[in-house]
Amino acid sequence: MLFSVIAIALLVAMLLTLVRALAGPTAFDRLLAVNSFGTKTVLLIAVAGFLMGRPEFLDIALSYALINFLGTVAVLKYFELPDPDSGHYAEDDY
Amino acid sequence: MELLLGVLAWPLAILGMIFLIAGAVGMTRLPDLYTRLHAASVTDTGGTLVIGLVLLLYAVFVYGSAMVAIKLLLIMGFTLFTAPTASHVLAKAALLSGLVPVDGKGEPLLESSEQATQLGRSRPDASSAVQEKR
Repeated sequence: MLFSVIAIALLVAMLLTLVRALAGPTAFDRLLAVNSFGTKTVLLIAVAGFLMGRPEFLDIALSYALINFLGTVAVLKYFELPDPDSGHYAEDDY
Repeated sequence: MELLLGVLAWPLAILGMIFLIAGAVGMTRLPDLYTRLHAASVTDTGGTLVIGLVLLLYAVFVYGSAMVAIKLLLIMGFTLFTAPTASHVLAKAALLSGLVPVDGKGEPLLESSEQATQLGRSRPDASSAVQEKR
């Protein structure tokens, strides 16, 4: 009961996050939504593990948490520096 | 034990669900990236910690498994560090790329995107070095 309610709340939150990921005007909005979606996915995997009585799902959740952070930072590096020669960025920004 | 779980787990779970839903609603409704970032990052960290605490209660009192508890603590600790870091990186990248914050009516709060870039710099005088070089 408890875990089902948490899972439903998580799914509703993920749906709203997905709306922002699809609508977000800038790339940063989409990235924020994807990052937040990933955090909620970690929680959902963990809760689903407890819901099915198999806490081994936590291994998957743990690795998903690691990949989620690394993925966000890696993609951001791509957006932060569009053109190093444009003069828009200073030396210290890199 | 059942009573303890019910008394402790349900309020924590409801608090966590309020965090998550409020953050998601804030992310869909707030006017610009920076306000959405604020809504999302705070509630993500808080919601993960609180719901992790609920799962931790079950891991300790129902499953009685130390390994499950340790994995949950690892997830919670990792989220506690990475979620604010990711938000900081996101905000700094957006400022550096010149995204101007707007207020509720869509009016820009800064005069130009150069000003936003300047705000995002680690050292505010860094741009003068570029101008001297050119």
